Amino acid sequence: MIRFENVTKVYAGQERPALDGVNLEITKGEFVFLVGKSGSGKSTFLRLILREERPTSGVIHVAGKDLGKLANHKVPELRRQLGTVFQDFRLLPNKTISENIAFSLHVLGYSQKEINREIPEMLELVGLEDKADRLPSEISGGEQQRVAIARAYVTKPPIIIADEPTGNLDPELSVGIMKLLDRINREGTTVLMATHDSGIVDQMRKRVIELDSGHVIRDQVRGVYGYTG
Amino acid sequence: MRAGFLLKEVRIGLRRNLTMTFAVVVTVAISLSLLGIGLLSNAQVNAMKDYWYDKIEVSVFLCGTLSESPTCANGVVTAEQRAAIKTDLDALPVVDSVFYESQTEAFTRFKERFKNSAIAQNVTADQLPESFRVKLKDPTQFDVVVSAFSGRPGVDIVQDQRTILEKFFRLLDVLRNGALLVGLFSVITAALLISNTLRIAAFNRRRETGVMKLVGASSWSIQLPFLLEGVFSAVLGWVFATGLLSGLKYVVDTKVAPLLTFTKFFAWDQVWISSAILLGVGLFVSILASALTLRRYLKV
Repeated sequence: MIRFENVTKVYAGQERPALDGVNLEITKGEFVFLVGKSGSGKSTFLRLILREERPTSGVIHVAGKDLGKLANHKVPELRRQLGTVFQDFRLLPNKTISENIAFSLHVLGYSQKEINREIPEMLELVGLEDKADRLPSEISGGEQQRVAIARAYVTKPPIIIADEPTGNLDPELSVGIMKLLDRINREGTTVLMATHDSGIVDQMRKRVIELDSGHVIRDQVRGVYGYTG
Repeated sequence: MRAGFLLKEVRIGLRRNLTMTFAVVVTVAISLSLLGIGLLSNAQVNAMKDYWYDKIEVSVFLCGTLSESPTCANGVVTAEQRAAIKTDLDALPVVDSVFYESQTEAFTRFKERFKNSAIAQNVTADQLPESFRVKLKDPTQFDVVVSAFSGRPGVDIVQDQRTILEKFFRLLDVLRNGALLVGLFSVITAALLISNTLRIAAFNRRRETGVMKLVGASSWSIQLPFLLEGVFSAVLGWVFATGLLSGLKYVVDTKVAPLLTFTKFFAWDQVWISSAILLGVGLFVSILASALTLRRYLKV
């Protein structure tokens, strides 16, 4: 689903590359944690997948597309294959929970009938059936993040990219988020999650990719957060 | 993105930005009105030209007792000279009709024109020149008459009323150009305001547009609501501008025309033509300003 071949990214005006000769492959249905200190290249890695940045050299394939050959006007097509979840939720404050989830369907041109069918299903998945008409400001952070996940997943993209989804949440709430992502992963969706949360990584026992100064220093199938050798 | 959802987003956008929407509508209305007034003054100048040029004549003054030009050295015009001039005028292809004004008729007209002035008391009929009033098929062909008749024995001077009118029309042209220029500048102002308003709108809604980008909205579907907001404001402004021009036409017809009977005024047709031009200008300017602004501020 995601393949990096010798990818290097040097930002303009900086000498040290943010990513330096990265090779890796994430296959369909995997659940992958991306760990590393701040500045290790995690964000760059995610931004390259979303094609918010282009690599300085190397080849990136995402969802069957060679991003180097992807024309600008085709970028929206790529992003429809990627559900994205962020630390700060990025919900629309003036829209209700169900409108927020419906937004991505509206943008992609679904009919109201299809939307009316999808929304209850999603609300049930994230356990917010009774809060459909609330505004984001009226629900908790954990609930907001579940809405964001529902919005990312409602179009059934093959890949979910989550950038520190539990970064703003208490540990108890984080568990709920991880259960949700795990469930989505079990339905066949590839999940790539960047995180600092060692507890979660240790608990889940999934593949762990660790970056340091732009290099992949660890790629473990059933890894934990801290490298134990 | 479906039309219903799109229109809902446009409506929300216009409402959230109500004060700016109002400012844009008013600015567009005023600037299009100014441009419209420029267009109508152009129509008015043309209407006046049509009306006046159609009425003006070339006057061929014949030698009288007071004539001083060299061609009148032999004294007052003779009956043969007068007859020959009349025949030759009638024979000119550019001439539409010729009308003879005798000294008595000239005196009557003179007294009519200066009836409140002391000058009328001191003038007698034989002091005024007799003349041929010549109406041309094409008023611009005045030179033909001048070259054929000035310097001819019995002819004092050949005078064209057009030269008098032209000074007046040159003044009107300047006023018209000024009106068009003011209109043009205010339309540019409106375009800049639309551009700035959209920039603010794009900034205010960066959250929405950010989410749209994330979920893979194409750039035209991100930009379209903004574009439609700009176009909507422009069209609303145009409606007001057309209303204003119609009001102007109504005032001209009911209040001004009865007072100024010496000229024609622009027709309703001109109001509709101007309105159509304004719609074109309004759409063009708002779409252009929006597209340029959005391309810069809403990159995918």
